[in-house]
Amino acid sequence: MSQTVKKTFRCHPEPDECKGCGRCVSACPKKLLKLGSALNIMGVPYAEYSGEGCVGCGACFYTCPEPGAITIYEITPEA
Amino acid sequence: MAEVVKFGRPKGFFETFERRPGSIKKNMSYCPGCGHGVLHKLIAEAMADFGIQDKTTFISPVGCSVFAYYYFDCFGLQVPHGRSAAAATGLTRANPDSIVIGYQGDGDLAAIGFNAFMQAANRGENYCVFFVNNAIYGMTGGQMAPTSLLGQKTATSPYGRNALTEGYPLKISEMVSQLESPVYVERVALTTPANIMKARKAVRKAIQINMEKKGFAFVEVLSGCPVNLKMKPADMDKFIDENMTKYFPLGVYKDVTAEREPVVRPVPTFEKADVEKALYRELPGGDQEHESCDSEIFNRELRIKIGGFGGQGVLSLGLIMAAMGKYRNLNVSWLPSYGPEMRGGTANCAVIVNKGPIGSPIVDSNCDLLVVLNRPSLDKYLPELGENGVLMYDSSTIKEVPAVKPGQKAIALNTGDIAEEFGNLKCANAVMLGAIGAMLTKHYLTPADAAKFQETAEAAIAECFAGKDKIVKMNIEACKLGFDKMQAAL
Repeated sequence: MSQTVKKTFRCHPEPDECKGCGRCVSACPKKLLKLGSALNIMGVPYAEYSGEGCVGCGACFYTCPEPGAITIYEITPEA
Repeated sequence: MAEVVKFGRPKGFFETFERRPGSIKKNMSYCPGCGHGVLHKLIAEAMADFGIQDKTTFISPVGCSVFAYYYFDCFGLQVPHGRSAAAATGLTRANPDSIVIGYQGDGDLAAIGFNAFMQAANRGENYCVFFVNNAIYGMTGGQMAPTSLLGQKTATSPYGRNALTEGYPLKISEMVSQLESPVYVERVALTTPANIMKARKAVRKAIQINMEKKGFAFVEVLSGCPVNLKMKPADMDKFIDENMTKYFPLGVYKDVTAEREPVVRPVPTFEKADVEKALYRELPGGDQEHESCDSEIFNRELRIKIGGFGGQGVLSLGLIMAAMGKYRNLNVSWLPSYGPEMRGGTANCAVIVNKGPIGSPIVDSNCDLLVVLNRPSLDKYLPELGENGVLMYDSSTIKEVPAVKPGQKAIALNTGDIAEEFGNLKCANAVMLGAIGAMLTKHYLTPADAAKFQETAEAAIAECFAGKDKIVKMNIEACKLGFDKMQAAL
């Protein structure tokens, strides 16, 4: 692979650590997050990631008040 | 494909919150959308990035963040309401190398703890404060806070805050920035991602200032309380950005980091020998060697009480006697007790002399020597005289012979009359001192100790009336006179 491969990212909201406040939904510049209709162990609808398009900006991570409810992974194709 | 975490649970937090009761161990106890969680994350991230967790103390306040020590993987201290600044001062003074993080809400910092906070800021204590301003009392259920906005309806301002009755919201950042000592003051808001990134920068800067020991750093954080502001998180952010920031403008209010040198304060010691040396210090100008004080009475604690009218020199007499003990290298304590009047009220003081350490400076029983210069003191303190105690009283004011128990001694001298004859009634206490010396010489002191009495009394009088040469001379003469008169009477 060449060195100019574009970085890709994946956003993972952990269903059972989300309190459903929706701050990440408003924070995401690409509008890739939404609150679903299913309920988690705390009984609230949790944030869900659309599946693609994350740019790894961290806006959702920093705006989320929970310690580990959102994780953003950087994906690098293996050499 | 390989995945690495770019943004994830900050390492400054415990992996699971074992201290938190209940089954939910990964989340904090805050309401959905609460600003505390956002700020906690910024602090936890900074602590881990700077590698300072092992020397950081996070001070949990009273308020919703009272259990912050459940979450942060560093030292934790939970303090009473408003006492964060006092505790932080102690921590940073006792352990100058430690990083101390104060975390306070608007009720804690701007109301109950306002004085402690402002004084700590003014002293430039080496710690950083994160001030969570959400314009309301959160934990207690939405009462008006010092920072509630004008017109804001709360549980205790149901018609809206009115400046005429409740005053204006306190602008803490503006106030702190006017002080000389603080190094860095900024107000940020936890609303949009852009504002949160500014807050992140401010948090890191404040902690860095603390790591460099440059003094007091302060970050005011406008933060949302969706439950008590009765808003959805998104509306709450709008309320902060549109309403709160109008009255509480964001920005850097003071930053003199570049021009400040690290603050260096005297390094404390916890070594037993050093502490003892500091407490039982060498005597100024006194005999450096431990004098023998070989009279039998110095082998135990001597408890002395002196009572009389204010103005009779009761407290000074005690002070002189305590100083005499000091000059003989004994441990002494002096505890005065008097009413609000300078003259005419009753006054007393307790003096304890001991070769060993003194536990309590209070004398309210087992008194060895009771000196009374007026009748009310005799009535009040005679019951405190110990089994073989000695009572010395001024027979010019106390005419009846006091009824002492068998074993006790009552010794009288008309000190008031003698002092008046001598030319100054104010010297009655010095006459009494001389009388005490004569009594001790006759009954209790070895010749070696007795020979030291006059010299020690003169040094003590000179110390107590330092700078007033005439008064020193007069009191020394009165003391000699009292000694001679008592010696003749015994």
